[in-house]
Amino acid sequence: MNNPHLILAVLFQLTQLLLVVLAAPMLTGWVNQCQAWLQNRSGAGLLQPYRVLNKLFHKDAVIADNASWLFRITPYIVFACMWLAAAIIPILAVDLPFSQAADVIALVGVFALARMFIALAAMDIGTSFGSMGARREMLVSFLAEPALLMVFFTASMISHSTQLPGIVEALAHHQFVLYPSLAFAGLAFVIVLLAENARIPVDNPSTHLELTMIHEAMILEYSARHLALIEWASSLKLFAYISIGIALFLPYGIAEMGNWAGLPAAIVLLVGKLALAGAALALLETVSAKMRIFRAPEFLGTAFLLAVLGLLIHFLLGA
Amino acid sequence: MQIPLALQFVNLLASMLLLIVFAMLAQRRILSLINLFAWQGALLALSTFVVAYTTAQHHLYYSAALTLLLKVIVLPWLLHRLIRKLNIRWDVETLLNIPTTMLAGIALVIFSFNLAAPISQMSQGITRGLIGIALASVLLSLLMMLTRRKAVTQVVAFLSLENGLFFAATSATQGMPLVVELGIALDVLVATFIFGIFFFQIRETFDSLDITHMEKLKDD
Repeated sequence: MNNPHLILAVLFQLTQLLLVVLAAPMLTGWVNQCQAWLQNRSGAGLLQPYRVLNKLFHKDAVIADNASWLFRITPYIVFACMWLAAAIIPILAVDLPFSQAADVIALVGVFALARMFIALAAMDIGTSFGSMGARREMLVSFLAEPALLMVFFTASMISHSTQLPGIVEALAHHQFVLYPSLAFAGLAFVIVLLAENARIPVDNPSTHLELTMIHEAMILEYSARHLALIEWASSLKLFAYISIGIALFLPYGIAEMGNWAGLPAAIVLLVGKLALAGAALALLETVSAKMRIFRAPEFLGTAFLLAVLGLLIHFLLGA
Repeated sequence: MQIPLALQFVNLLASMLLLIVFAMLAQRRILSLINLFAWQGALLALSTFVVAYTTAQHHLYYSAALTLLLKVIVLPWLLHRLIRKLNIRWDVETLLNIPTTMLAGIALVIFSFNLAAPISQMSQGITRGLIGIALASVLLSLLMMLTRRKAVTQVVAFLSLENGLFFAATSATQGMPLVVELGIALDVLVATFIFGIFFFQIRETFDSLDITHMEKLKDD
């Protein structure tokens, strides 16, 4: 790789990083807006998450007396993990320099790292809500993670690569083929996405009802800039997950590295896909009811089953 | 290895068939079970139609139409009428709990895919991978018959088993003679009628459709 090429690649990478971190709250706002429309409310608008972040950044942080350094450092680690994840995923263009650093298995590891820290920080203060939320989060995630890995393995088997750019390249630039195994993996991925991002059948992101919340219970003790970072990280996580979904199942139209001319088209297409995915997510959340926490293992077991079936069908049919 | 789009579509339908059998295995409500059975029939009809179109075998069109008529409209309607008359809408009781059944189901799928692999090696057709899926759905339906307690669900499982066999016949070996298919269709229809009569008899004798009551011998 010669020098100008490298600079160009880094520029592309930085563009993607900046765009993702700025656009992530907008996606959350869009999902909330769609939900509001579906519930016959007028909604708070696309920019509401930015206003919330702005408000939180201008407040003074209140931290419990017995909080350790772990509690303080966790928001930064979580935010960094999610941003790193967004850097690995080919969102705007394939073959970015950073994506060579980690494959899909490492990506799952990055998500796991953030989750571990947030669970530890929730238990750090020693309130009952925090540890309850941490326990529930771990219950959900240890069931969701194998399913997510199986989804990635199915895509890797098809494209003979565990690198996300390799997978996207293999799926996007070949002749159109119907992959039944990918359809199964896609269904499993939707379930994992709902569970991991604390969306409705598993968790309710807008509730503060103590018996039902998972994610919110863990971050109850956070305030001001810490809370802002965690909220932003949640938006980034949702953005990252939806981008993984797009990369695996709808990769058509992604820009080539160094192709500045193709970038506007890629961005327009990406915005369209994200808007569609966000609306679909809102619709899914509106039509489904929150399930009991003890039904969640069965729900996630279904995801694992679907992903394994996809893998088996790939072996049988070769597609 | 590039296979034609129509065959890819049949593959997709086959995978969805397998998915529906799994959904039936996990289903707790009898009404949804019957609806899933109707969907299974619809998929079967569609896949038969696609196979008929690609292989230009005209008798398969009749068979697809027959499947549509019988398994999507008549049989579900009969079953709906039956459960309305018997007044059974409550949840299905299973012998094993659902997650265990699902794990057993995955084991069965692996087993049948392995079992079908040498058979598919011998056949020349490009749809040979479908034998494994058909076998898996037959075995899963058998599993459903084993794990369910109520007679109605066992009958739905039996019908789903027949669907699996039918799928193997049409997709993997490109269909049976029309006379045989007509005979089977008639058999299934008659069987459902007879099962219906049986249900009433069972309920009259035991006051329940739970077949575990049949294991007890009467002393009087």
